[in-house]
Amino acid sequence: MSDEALHRALGLTDDEYALVEGVLHRAPNHLELAMFAVMWSEHCSYKSSRLHLRRLPTSAPWVLVGPGENAGVIDAGDGVAIALRIESHNHPSAIEPYQGAATGVGGILRDVFTMGARPLAVMDPLFFGPPDDARARWLVEGVVAGISGYGNSVGVPTIGGELTFDEGYAQNPLVNVLCVGALPRERLVLGRASGVGNLAVLLGSRTGRDGIGGVSVLASAGFSGADGAASLDDEKRPSVQVGDPYEEKRLIEACLALLDEGLVVGIQDLGGAGLTCAASETAARGGVGMDLDVTAVPLREAGMAPWEVMTSESQERMLAIVRPEDLAALEALCARWEVRSAVVGRVTAPVPDAAGRPVGMVRVREGFDGPVLAEAPAAALADEAPLYDRPRARPADLDALVDDDPVDEPAGDVAAELLAGLVDPAWVYRQYDSQLFLNTVVGPGRDAALLRLAGPGLPASERGFALTTDSNPRWCALDPRAGTALTLLEAIANLACVGATPAAVVNCLNFGNPEHPEVMWQLSEAVDGLAAACVATGLPVIGGNVSLYNESAGRDIDPTPVLGVVGLLERLVAPPPGWTWRDGDTVVLVGPREARPDPFPLAGSLFARRRGRRGGRLPAFDERALATCRFVAGEVARVCAGGPSPVAAVHDVGAGGLATALGEMSAASGVGLAWGDPRGHAELFTEAPGRFVVATRDPATLLDAAASAGVEATVLGVGAGERLTLGEWCDLAVADLAERRASALSAALGL
Amino acid sequence: MSRVGVVVFPGSNCEHDVVAALSALGGRAELVWHAETDLAGYDALVLPGGFAHGDYLRPGALARFSPVMGAVAAAAEDGRPVLGICNGFQVLTEAGLLPGALQKNRGLTFLCQPTTLVVASARSVLTRGARVGQELVVPINHFSGSYVCDDATYRALVEGDQVVLRYADNPNGSRGDIAGIANVTGNVVGLMPHPERALSALLGSADGRVLLEGFLAAADDAAAQRLVTAP
Repeated sequence: MSDEALHRALGLTDDEYALVEGVLHRAPNHLELAMFAVMWSEHCSYKSSRLHLRRLPTSAPWVLVGPGENAGVIDAGDGVAIALRIESHNHPSAIEPYQGAATGVGGILRDVFTMGARPLAVMDPLFFGPPDDARARWLVEGVVAGISGYGNSVGVPTIGGELTFDEGYAQNPLVNVLCVGALPRERLVLGRASGVGNLAVLLGSRTGRDGIGGVSVLASAGFSGADGAASLDDEKRPSVQVGDPYEEKRLIEACLALLDEGLVVGIQDLGGAGLTCAASETAARGGVGMDLDVTAVPLREAGMAPWEVMTSESQERMLAIVRPEDLAALEALCARWEVRSAVVGRVTAPVPDAAGRPVGMVRVREGFDGPVLAEAPAAALADEAPLYDRPRARPADLDALVDDDPVDEPAGDVAAELLAGLVDPAWVYRQYDSQLFLNTVVGPGRDAALLRLAGPGLPASERGFALTTDSNPRWCALDPRAGTALTLLEAIANLACVGATPAAVVNCLNFGNPEHPEVMWQLSEAVDGLAAACVATGLPVIGGNVSLYNESAGRDIDPTPVLGVVGLLERLVAPPPGWTWRDGDTVVLVGPREARPDPFPLAGSLFARRRGRRGGRLPAFDERALATCRFVAGEVARVCAGGPSPVAAVHDVGAGGLATALGEMSAASGVGLAWGDPRGHAELFTEAPGRFVVATRDPATLLDAAASAGVEATVLGVGAGERLTLGEWCDLAVADLAERRASALSAALGL
Repeated sequence: MSRVGVVVFPGSNCEHDVVAALSALGGRAELVWHAETDLAGYDALVLPGGFAHGDYLRPGALARFSPVMGAVAAAAEDGRPVLGICNGFQVLTEAGLLPGALQKNRGLTFLCQPTTLVVASARSVLTRGARVGQELVVPINHFSGSYVCDDATYRALVEGDQVVLRYADNPNGSRGDIAGIANVTGNVVGLMPHPERALSALLGSADGRVLLEGFLAAADDAAAQRLVTAP
């Protein structure tokens, strides 16, 4: 293969190849070309999105580490810091669902314990095609089993996520994973190399041929099979890595112990782009160089070429920077945990470039002092990929779409619509250990997860933290800017249900092919929407991930920005109210009864989607809704602190609207409700966020408190009987609601 | 006060939770690495949940060869309380310290959910503080929790009052709804549910307390006994 053909096969454009020549002042050899190809891949370099991501607000007084490190970190109080990270493992999971999802979990855990934090919980937002299809079922079962098999075994609870079925994901499912960890503030470590002469030690698994080119071949291109089916991209299967949770478990314990003992000065996980990435990023961050002996890397199989060793994405590996005098202690500690360690390199002093500026060089050698096989500036590999301001264009059909507002959609069979919205994801989350570490106060399946801020090695605290992941591709397809902003509002509402005040945001931007101007427009709009909503709510974005090329057969997915938001509680000694009301409880809609500008917008709702209506105008980002969230969070926080509150049950109005929220609460309660006067089916199915169904035994106090907070509250009725009656629109037996909700998912999956 | 050793295999993951739970109940619990061969200093032992040695081959099959297991067997033999929770139960059956085996769940999926247990015998170091017939809500968290044994073993378990806990609503296909069993002398107990996860209403149930309090009391008795018989 000629050199030109080689760089294209590795995913570099002709222009990028010319840039590499410019950086090196010569033509790269094959090894160098392979290293640049993985580091300058979309996945590693964010070259299409970085220009836009700069517009996100990233600072707040409580932010300890913002974007750019392995995870964002905030101060959670009482000497404890929380580390948060979200990632996608979409393409690997489309090809090999079990291993794709499993290694997604493994990878994000390493990002978190790299910071010195013990991973405490994982959440998994999942998006599949309609479940009445054999391939979708194979993907669902494989992905869930992969998360379960890896996450449970590695000993990190999975406490929630999302489960979305939509035809847009049929050939390109999305598997996102969020991890939260906690650490004593003073243990915070950063992934950087320092101290010339220090050793680079590879910990964990041996290096094999699995996952070679994962970032460039797999994650940075769409699926091309004739009908877009990923299964036809069988030749990509070897680019998927294989996970070993037992190795990872020992690696976590060993690394946290190494950090506790102060035996490493810097540490970095090996993820996408493998050793090349870990070496160049740690060296670039530290402003130093690094020599690596490619023959010192423990291998799984003989005969691996240096480029394979340098770009392999074999899992469960870490690169630690160690003072030579600490090596023996490190080796002893690793041996105790049965973790392999091998000295593979050393930190080198920067060398002056032509202009006399110091440049840290990554050098790959054959033997510790042997011949140099590859040499490139660490910063050029890690940070100097070209930045693209790709063309953006508002989709030509968007105006027509917005004009097609489903407000005129007839009600039809409201009872059937209500039942269709009741899906209990328990079949999924029962497969996850959601309780390890004895922190889980509210687990999967509710509005948000709520945990004690506690864990092995953490100072004692009565604080709590809450997590939610949210997305709404239906909104974002219509209006990515407003849709993303409303998604943040929805997340804040979910946190309010467990009494948490939001503190920080991470985002996973799942989009289509960035070479399509419409996709770049969507991405740019979504970033601006998120930025504006963050400014309005005072929230920093502390990390994120961008997954592009989510397309098959030329069709892009709907824009799917997934937001992970962490919230804090000062005191968590009692569980928050659940979804169940009792006979005699007054049921109240707390929050604006009518949205703006339209009172009951159906645009982007599940109701409209089931009717095949994708258009319309979204509700505005509503200050009244934000005030409602603050009010509800405050009331629930009082319950969690062991104090009095009139709130006896609470659930936010989300996907499916009031109809779904009332159906879910009624099913959970086993007690009915008669609401006499809904203003039509649109009020039942609108999904404008920032509204809550609250049940109370003390309506006077609740209504007074809401009034003094300037929050609207509408009494819907009193919990009683065995039927849920919504005006003239629907009348259903509570038992039927419960039965439908419990069986919907397994029925849909044909289980 | 008695000392409880919580045995940690590589791949165990509930060890910190067990120590936290026993400490919250006023006990004194310490982690013991699986390479340890002398457990004479401990009055009682817990084999916690997790995936010892990755559960490779099959749950517990490799752990039974860990160096610590000889000393665990010795402790069981001399009457000290030994409790296997979840993976620990699997290890105890593989090691032959309890009869039967744990197979994959009936539905062939992992299950993490609350279960209602019915106390079937109070004649064990775990259930001594509970009442026969008492219902306890305690979560399960396992893939291989379906208890199986041959007919003769099952008869012996029932006749010997060795079935200590049964599921009210069998989640995994266990024979006879068995959730936990004891050895003939009642000092070795294995159960699939996690009592350490049911210690406070904040976490959903406090019903595990009566079990672990009973176990700590048994540990204290063993400590007193060992003091009396010490040479």
